[in-house]
Amino acid sequence: MYLKSNFIAFQTILNKEIARFLRIWTQTLLPPVITQSLYFIIFGGFIGSQIKDISGISYMQFIVPGLVMMAIINSSYTNVVSSFFGSKFQKNIEELLVSPVSTSTIIAGYTGGGVARGLLVGAIVLAVSAFFTTPQLENIGIILIFSTLTATIFALGGLLNGIFATKFDDMSIFSTFILTPLTYFGGVFYSIKDLPLIWQSISKVNPILYMVDGFRYGFYGISDFNIYTSMNTLFFVCFILFIINYYLIKKGVGLRT
Amino acid sequence: MSKAVEIHNLLKTYKNGTQALKGVDLNIAEGDFFALLGANGAGKTTIIGILTGLVNKTSGDVSIFGLNQETHLDEIKKNIGVVPQEFNFSIFEKVIDIIVFQAGYFGMTKKQALIRAEELLKALELWEKRDVISRTLSGGMKRRLMIARSLMHNPKLLILDEPTAGVDVELRFGMWNYLKKLNQNGTTILLTTHYLEEVEQMCKNVAIIKDGQIIKNNSVKNMLMSIETETYSVTIDKDLTHYLLKELTANKIDNNTFEIDLGKEFTVMDLTKYLEKNNYTILDIRPTGNRLEKLFLKSLKN
Repeated sequence: MYLKSNFIAFQTILNKEIARFLRIWTQTLLPPVITQSLYFIIFGGFIGSQIKDISGISYMQFIVPGLVMMAIINSSYTNVVSSFFGSKFQKNIEELLVSPVSTSTIIAGYTGGGVARGLLVGAIVLAVSAFFTTPQLENIGIILIFSTLTATIFALGGLLNGIFATKFDDMSIFSTFILTPLTYFGGVFYSIKDLPLIWQSISKVNPILYMVDGFRYGFYGISDFNIYTSMNTLFFVCFILFIINYYLIKKGVGLRT
Repeated sequence: MSKAVEIHNLLKTYKNGTQALKGVDLNIAEGDFFALLGANGAGKTTIIGILTGLVNKTSGDVSIFGLNQETHLDEIKKNIGVVPQEFNFSIFEKVIDIIVFQAGYFGMTKKQALIRAEELLKALELWEKRDVISRTLSGGMKRRLMIARSLMHNPKLLILDEPTAGVDVELRFGMWNYLKKLNQNGTTILLTTHYLEEVEQMCKNVAIIKDGQIIKNNSVKNMLMSIETETYSVTIDKDLTHYLLKELTANKIDNNTFEIDLGKEFTVMDLTKYLEKNNYTILDIRPTGNRLEKLFLKSLKN
């Protein structure tokens, strides 16, 4: 009974989240597709044509996985932070707090919404990339695992941000000052092997690098790191973020007075 | 009679040091229609917040339907419906979606939720508005939407925090009737309101809270009986004289109307006799305002 009612609650939150981002698709789905298309045209087309192949694939092909991943990261993160903070701001989070929904279900529902948007945007960007190049799909399983794990991590990160956010400005601080730089330095536009040694070492502390690298492996079968180590690390990060969110929501941080 | 709510020595101190509740003791019987009265900031919403799990208590014991709130919060939540003071639904969603989603949080399937939604929206005269985006509803409709939402899972205890604020008179009467019917069907109701007429009309028991402490707790009937005087508005056939007003210790309202406090010492009958004796005819006599309001203000003053 407990499991059944929580499963229904999970479905409800997930459906509500999906309905929300589909309702405002001009704000949630269209902008990342336009931005990534511009990257394809400028970096892949205009500049990329002057850049030599990387590990045997064209520059345009090389950046496709990174740009898809970038869209997934931003969309999954933004979805949860804006939806959760929006619910706090409008106080309709109280609808959930006065109901017998478990903390895990709340986390799963919101995260699921973020993952759904991230993967949908990623799929659209990937489809758009077909207008510019033909990306190979070497291992769809790896592609799905890395994209889902990455979307989950950033959805959980968005939730964490949403828990602490007390004003609208708080929603963009992390994404502007941390997420965007890490994404740009995360091997989207270059292979880490092309960097000087010192920058290679510095880059290795950037978690996004492993996400992009593993994801790219799924497309072309090439990677700078062991993808199974990357995958396990991502699982571990998901788990840690889940625990932190669980503790904060259970304690009522940012939710209860 | 078994108790719906038992609160013992409840204390709440907010992080900024505000002591919102200073040892509240309160019992509400199952099936009761209970009013909690108090000025703004007296602690009413804090009590409601603690009962519903939105506010963490500092100390004290809270049980709902015999279940300890600390250990059985989820079980308790299944039995509680809340109508908060502020509108707290998503203003971008349709009326039907808001209440169907709410049912989902309580584990109701969509099919069950849609049946219940139709029943409630029709009863609260919102069925025609089911596909309307909630922000376009009028204030009264928004209030009724919140009542419908709170009742989706058929709670045994309904908590209403100023549910008729901003609702026009006609709608308010409609809501009163609906709530009375709900109570008659067995739902325990805890109500906070600023309309004391509402309490007099609907509630069986009432508590007055001041500065985080319950200062009066009795049946509405007993409370009303404890009121010694009542103010009447009296209209007579001749112009009022300064002498008459002084004799009666009355306040002039217009040339023919005055207000006077009547009670055990000087009753309506005494007044009638006095006016007849002085060749005045009473054209109209009626109590002014609300008796409970007087008691409430007096309690707060004391």
